[in-house]
Amino acid sequence: MSEHSFSPAWRAQPLGRRGFLRVSAASAATVALVAATGCDTSTPEPVLPDPNLITLPAGDNGLLYSLYLLALAKATLYQKIYETPPTDLTTAERAIFSDLRDHEVAYRELLHLILDPNYLDPTKAAQLFPTDFAFKLTSFTLTTRAGVLVAAQQLEDLAAATYPVMVPLLTSSNPYQRVLLLKAASVQARHAAVVRDLLAPGSFANDDVVNAAGQLKPKTPVEVNTALAPFFAPYVISVANLPVPVL
Amino acid sequence: MNFFNIINQLAEVDPDVMGRLDTRRSVFNSLTSMSKRAAMAAGPALLASFFTKAYAGTTAGDPKEVFNYALTLEYLEADFYNKMIASPYFSTASAAAQAAIRQISKHETAHVNLLKAVVTGIGGTPTPAVTFKSATFASLTSFAAQLQVAQLLEDTGVRAYKGRAGDLLGLADVTITGIGTINPLQSALQIHSVEARHAAHIRYMRNQTPWITGTGDLDSQPHYTGAIPESNTTQSNVNLIAANSITPNTTYSAADAAASFDEILTPAEVTDNSRAGGLIGA
Repeated sequence: MSEHSFSPAWRAQPLGRRGFLRVSAASAATVALVAATGCDTSTPEPVLPDPNLITLPAGDNGLLYSLYLLALAKATLYQKIYETPPTDLTTAERAIFSDLRDHEVAYRELLHLILDPNYLDPTKAAQLFPTDFAFKLTSFTLTTRAGVLVAAQQLEDLAAATYPVMVPLLTSSNPYQRVLLLKAASVQARHAAVVRDLLAPGSFANDDVVNAAGQLKPKTPVEVNTALAPFFAPYVISVANLPVPVL
Repeated sequence: MNFFNIINQLAEVDPDVMGRLDTRRSVFNSLTSMSKRAAMAAGPALLASFFTKAYAGTTAGDPKEVFNYALTLEYLEADFYNKMIASPYFSTASAAAQAAIRQISKHETAHVNLLKAVVTGIGGTPTPAVTFKSATFASLTSFAAQLQVAQLLEDTGVRAYKGRAGDLLGLADVTITGIGTINPLQSALQIHSVEARHAAHIRYMRNQTPWITGTGDLDSQPHYTGAIPESNTTQSNVNLIAANSITPNTTYSAADAAASFDEILTPAEVTDNSRAGGLIGA
């Protein structure tokens, strides 16, 4: 892990939200000035920097952050289901969700440790995201068996579809991260298969997720980000710096 | 069904495969000490050098060879499911189980066709088809016995694709007539993830955990062992079951740590007689 590189610009970002607010205030003042002096209709409208904008770094770290967010999302969902399971979720199904929770927490924590090697030292640990940053579960129906399975399938299909895309995009000569994600990729697929089977028996590898060549239909980092975006509001994640796969 | 007995019955193997195994076995023999095994489990770099040695004489990382290796395994799986569907025991299975096997069979046949096109498209010659040994298949005298082998084939397939990922890493995108532009590693991983979905479903059909926790009825079979066994709990040089290893004040169970990650099998391990190698034949 010694050759791990951490993006200093990114590290500073969560701590620098005040900076964002200052920039935003200055821009607002600019808008006011332009408005007061009258503006030509052909002038492009100034774009306000969003104080809630979080831009993921370029390169491998951007991909690792993206996968961290997926693990965070799933771990948050499964922890909630574990704590307050729907009454119609069977004991066997609760055991499956308990396993899902444990696996996702392991991914989240390992990725956290890779992104911040000082994670385990409270005196040095960096803050990856603002303290109130969270995956919000409010749009899911988590009071019924069907509701939790729909939520789980949405996230598991997304993760299973993007791991085969993200692993080849890693460029570090450090094999550890790549091997780690390679080993997790098939477990994501196992998760997706079983939640699909629980929701609709036999749908583990239906044609909606597998193409005619027998391959899992892929999802790009941009598609993953778009799918997760509503759950991270008011924060807005930008993956503009992430590498783009050929699909 | 005693899987070891079946393996023991399989004396004759493709002579070419046998020849390759012999050289690989000598590599294994040079790595038998515990310390070296431990180092191997910890170091993918060492594993890579081991792999290069095992394949001395062939070009490690030659995508034509890698995709032909995958094609051989897909031929084996495709033929196995064809035999399963044609078997008199197939009609004893539930409609849902039959539908699942047909869906899996459809994918394996699609994988064969895709990989043939990829090998041809990158300038190679598709390796000749192999079949699942008829005598071995005949010894599987129930749908449940066949399903056990299906689980072993699928879980081995997942590990086999992982074992070659390093050889496809960094290869440029290629444009293949009839398929389009593909990234070789991504394309292989998209197949591998479908194998994992198959494995999870078959394990679920058999009342096993969909992931490999080490508590399953087949988890001690050679398909789950190897230089890096499925029971491995060290990832990225971090021992996941040590106290405070990845989360302050938290310790993970060995079952969770092992199940969260599927491990690789090298080509030498996959084509060994105790695994897929012993199932290939007339």
